[in-house]
Amino acid sequence: MLSAIWETEGLQTVGIVVLVFASIKLLHLLGLISFSEDSVEDELELSAVRHRPEGLEQLEAQTRFSRKELQILYRGFKNECPSGVVNEETFKDIYSQFFPQGDASTYAHFLFNAFDTDHNGSVSFEDFVMGLSILLRGTIQEKLNWAFNLYDINKDGYITKEEMLDIMKAIYDMMGKCTYPVLKEETPRQHVEVFFQKMDKNKDGVVTIDEFIDCCQNDENIMRSMHLFENVL
Amino acid sequence: MATGVAAWLPFARAAAIGWMPVANCPMPVAPRDNSKRQDELIILNVSGRRFQTWRTTLDRYPDTLLGSSEKDFFYNEESKEYFFDRDPDAFRSILNFYRTGKLHYPRHECISAYDEELTFFGIIPEIIGDCCYEEYKDRKRENLERLQDDQEENKDQKLPNMNFRETMWRAFENPHTSTMALVFYYVTGFFIAISVITNVVETVPCGTTANQKDMPCGERYTVAFFCMDTACVMIFTVEYLMRLFAAPSRYRFMRSVMSIIDVVAILPYYIGLVMTNNEDVSGAFVTLRVFRVFRIFKFSRHSQGLRILGYTLKSCASELGFLLFSLTMAIIIFATVMFYAEKGSSSSKFTSIPASFWYTIVTMTTLGYGDMVPKTIAGKIFGSICSLSGVLVIALPVPVIVSNFSRIYHQNQRADKRRAQKKARLARIRISKSGSGNAFIQCKRNGLLNELLELTDTEEDEQKLLTKSISLLESQHHHLLHCLEKTTAHEFVDEQMYEQNCLETVLPNYPSRSPSISSQDSSAGTCCGRRGKRNSPLPNASLPSTHQGPLQELSAIHIQCGDPPFHTARDIYIFKINKKYLNII
Repeated sequence: MLSAIWETEGLQTVGIVVLVFASIKLLHLLGLISFSEDSVEDELELSAVRHRPEGLEQLEAQTRFSRKELQILYRGFKNECPSGVVNEETFKDIYSQFFPQGDASTYAHFLFNAFDTDHNGSVSFEDFVMGLSILLRGTIQEKLNWAFNLYDINKDGYITKEEMLDIMKAIYDMMGKCTYPVLKEETPRQHVEVFFQKMDKNKDGVVTIDEFIDCCQNDENIMRSMHLFENVL
Repeated sequence: MATGVAAWLPFARAAAIGWMPVANCPMPVAPRDNSKRQDELIILNVSGRRFQTWRTTLDRYPDTLLGSSEKDFFYNEESKEYFFDRDPDAFRSILNFYRTGKLHYPRHECISAYDEELTFFGIIPEIIGDCCYEEYKDRKRENLERLQDDQEENKDQKLPNMNFRETMWRAFENPHTSTMALVFYYVTGFFIAISVITNVVETVPCGTTANQKDMPCGERYTVAFFCMDTACVMIFTVEYLMRLFAAPSRYRFMRSVMSIIDVVAILPYYIGLVMTNNEDVSGAFVTLRVFRVFRIFKFSRHSQGLRILGYTLKSCASELGFLLFSLTMAIIIFATVMFYAEKGSSSSKFTSIPASFWYTIVTMTTLGYGDMVPKTIAGKIFGSICSLSGVLVIALPVPVIVSNFSRIYHQNQRADKRRAQKKARLARIRISKSGSGNAFIQCKRNGLLNELLELTDTEEDEQKLLTKSISLLESQHHHLLHCLEKTTAHEFVDEQMYEQNCLETVLPNYPSRSPSISSQDSSAGTCCGRRGKRNSPLPNASLPSTHQGPLQELSAIHIQCGDPPFHTARDIYIFKINKKYLNII
């Protein structure tokens, strides 16, 4: 009697196991669960980015560089990024090589956002050369505009103290640890205070583009240093 | 120096405009690009094959032959090209290094020839890219070993001034050195064989006498076997003692595997001698005889193959362990299932799950003794699933697993090797670049020393010695770093100065400095303002001496001392900054 019960129970076990496997297989067929994680990666492989810039004449018209300068720039750019676009990781790598003592990745992130004007996550040669054209050959107004754009992290037209603090910390990070005098915790904050005291005329806690440009144009040091890099190329 | 990305230096300098509105001090002057020459193609003639490239491509790596002025030695005036009398095939990969920034090692190239080319052109091999570095290192190691083997064969000549002990050790390690060593080698081998055969034959039942039972030979011819055993153990003991005497490092010898095997081989005999009369432990004594089988491992001194096998097993241990673990999991699963499936049938042999383990193992390894057989339907179903999966799990993939093991083993070895090499490699690259990493700081030092000499009006020659000619690229890079310093109002220093400064802040402030510093921290003064105010009460040249005192004291306390001239120069530098600022006000 008992054995009969156990016998049926044994068959029931078989039935349950078969049911479980069948349901797992059904869910897998429906695509609700996946067993291998490689299938997701295969899809991404297809979209290898390849970008060709506009013609030389068009770029000549849009920027203030001569033909020869554009050629030199493009050769350097293409050498470093054969696919024609720079993504943020490569950008950070390249920029960090100039500052071996500190950590340039945060500032490189802000720079990348400043260059990537169409916010598509990569800097193409056009973005690169437009940015450089403003920085090297632009008017003071354009350069200050560009700097304001760099500081305004969320691009809402105002620089708040938090945004400025982020930028300042990023700049101080590039110095690294071994500095003289020794870098203290509140140095960036103090620097931000100095900046706001100078720039924020109506003391409303934010710096608008007009306040910024006004104040910079009245500051001799800043005006002089804006002309510093004009003969870079 | 960011040589690999020199093309992006103009970009980095342009982006520095982002710091300008934030900075409070004036920026340093940019270096002038005096040689405004157009980018020109230069021709490199390597044994007749002409390579052409831009000048700026070669200028990317100024510490190599092609990137520095060293190539001017190879300039051919008549043909207006640089002529190198080297291998053009190897030159291809070297020129590609300048173009792409990655150095590749061509596989068909001989390793020593390639090394020579790299040395000639001033490129360190550590820069070889990850794709080719492993191959390069492997080939280099092979080559080294081959050369070493050739050397070792010559090394076996007997050196005249070796004492008796060293001769003995060499004879033990390498039996081909002398006839005595060879004789010794064969004698010990013979006795090991005798000993093992004796142990085996001891248990064979040999011939029946008038007694009813078959006796093993050991009990029949006790004396003979005992004499044989004694003789062998005598030889082994003498051999062990001689090795112990001859070993250069006795402690290390005693810890080695072979000596442990020797000891374990002869110990049972001596323990047996000591304990023959005690009846209680004679059972344990019999078990101890099992260890006599370890004598067979003494053969590994005689056989290279055995040693390699042992080493392979030892290194494959983790893979074997994993295989065992996964098998155990499968066994437990199937044993559990079989137990519950067979629970119902009467007179079932599957009394417990551990009892089912035996069935599972026997079935999965396709042995199938038949001592345990399932009787229920469910049990038979699961039993067949078990044997099918056993075939799949064990029998079929055995060759695949074996080859997998060897592949994984080599891969693991390679990964460990690469990890170990990576640190050394990075250290070497860092060392060769540490000059350039601190180039900026060194440049500052040289600049300061220059100014110091200017101030004190020394002769022209000493000044010239200090000015190192740096390339335009480097001066532009230094200008960029200088701008960053001005923006943040802090300076780059090297580790030594940084640690000294840390000490300074810890130790009590010296009275000459503390009031000025504390008054400055509160105000929102600019960087230059702080320094200016600190030093304004003493605008004359006696300033350096007063500052030298506390700093020198510090350097006496601190174990690493900086260069004394550096202190002076730094103070001069600070002093000059103050002068400039005071002039501006």
